[in-house]
Amino acid sequence: MVCESWKAQLDTYLDGEGPQEEMRIFDAHVRNCPSCSADALSRVQLKRAIQVAGKRFTPSAEFRKRMQQNMAPKPRRSFRMGWILAAAAAVVLVAGSLTSTYIGNRFGRDQVFSEIADLHVATLASSSPVDVISTDRHTVKPWFQGKIPFAFNLPELQNSEFSLLGGRMTYLEQTPGAHLVYDERKHHISVFVFQERSLPARLSDNAPLPGTLSFNMETWSQGGLRYFVIGDVSAADIDSLAKLFRTAS
Amino acid sequence: MDLSGANLQFDSFEELAIPLFDQLYNFAHWLTQNRDEAEDLVQETYVKALKGFSSFQLGTNFRAWIYRILRNTFLTSRKGLKVAMTVPLDFDEEEEGPDPAIEHDTPETLLLERSSHELLQKAIDELPVHFREILLLCEVEEMSYQEISETLAVPIGTVMSRLSRARQTLRNQLRPYSQQDAGPRVPRGTTHGL
Repeated sequence: MVCESWKAQLDTYLDGEGPQEEMRIFDAHVRNCPSCSADALSRVQLKRAIQVAGKRFTPSAEFRKRMQQNMAPKPRRSFRMGWILAAAAAVVLVAGSLTSTYIGNRFGRDQVFSEIADLHVATLASSSPVDVISTDRHTVKPWFQGKIPFAFNLPELQNSEFSLLGGRMTYLEQTPGAHLVYDERKHHISVFVFQERSLPARLSDNAPLPGTLSFNMETWSQGGLRYFVIGDVSAADIDSLAKLFRTAS
Repeated sequence: MDLSGANLQFDSFEELAIPLFDQLYNFAHWLTQNRDEAEDLVQETYVKALKGFSSFQLGTNFRAWIYRILRNTFLTSRKGLKVAMTVPLDFDEEEEGPDPAIEHDTPETLLLERSSHELLQKAIDELPVHFREILLLCEVEEMSYQEISETLAVPIGTVMSRLSRARQTLRNQLRPYSQQDAGPRVPRGTTHGL
């Protein structure tokens, strides 16, 4: 049965991912075992075939050209001109240093809020807005295990007007998070949970929401997690659901 | 789109990102299965990567970083959302048993004997996206398990089990060709979710 244990790990060894010492022993075994060497050969053949077949698509000349033009650095200016511009830039930098951080943060913050709204709308527009469909928080919470790099609590909804519809994984600026969907009198409310430190912009709990946002939203940080509650219900309803989460966390 | 006037980090971004252009496009096309969508995906990936380049730590794995951006951008696209919606709840979380022993007339050897390059491409195309992407990252991009783990944001154990299942599924897809001489019929994948 020695071969069985090797065969179970065959792909790992052929990928070169086994421990050094085991790889050496495996190599010696394969050289002397017709069965394992045949298996290894067929798997190597498939690996090579996939490697060739997988290099299937090449960008069109037009797309390549377009991207090259877009990515081409702007022409460099002369050395002297560069100094003059550098001096001018320094003045602008000094003058702008006090405001740039504020503006940058606000821009990043507004962008986060916009993306949260987009995620909420995209989900509502979907025919299947949640991947785990359950009104039971004890079903929904464990579903996220292994899918997102953190854990969080869901509130008990008894005696409230909210009902849980389910949840799904989501991404905000390459950051994985949890997206929960609640129902309140046929209105859908999204609750997003992300790791605070992974988010691209610093957010404060009392940050003013952008005027262009057509939803009510509340956000706060608790236990290293950033929560967003968004929906087209009243601000008071959003706040009620947010309070339930605050209490549960 | 204007990627040119971003910031002083542009030179190093360009040095790192441009050599990956063809590979990223290939991967994007495999994910989207559509030329226009692949172009949009690559373009958006570069814009996001440049925008977020200040958060990238030089010396860490740029390739895994930009592939992750591409994949996440795909997942939040209309098509990506659609495939993500059909994800089986525990498609690769369960423990894998050992691979079944391979018969000596394996689907892959017979397929290769026939030089059915296109059939293999079609079989890869028919794989569920979560299998297709991991197989391509491993075999075509030749990423290590660690890099794949970073790209897909999953533990290495999941990389191993998902890869094993992807290969097994591909072998099963190819098996009909080892049993019939003609008929370019590729069995449909059961699930196309992520």
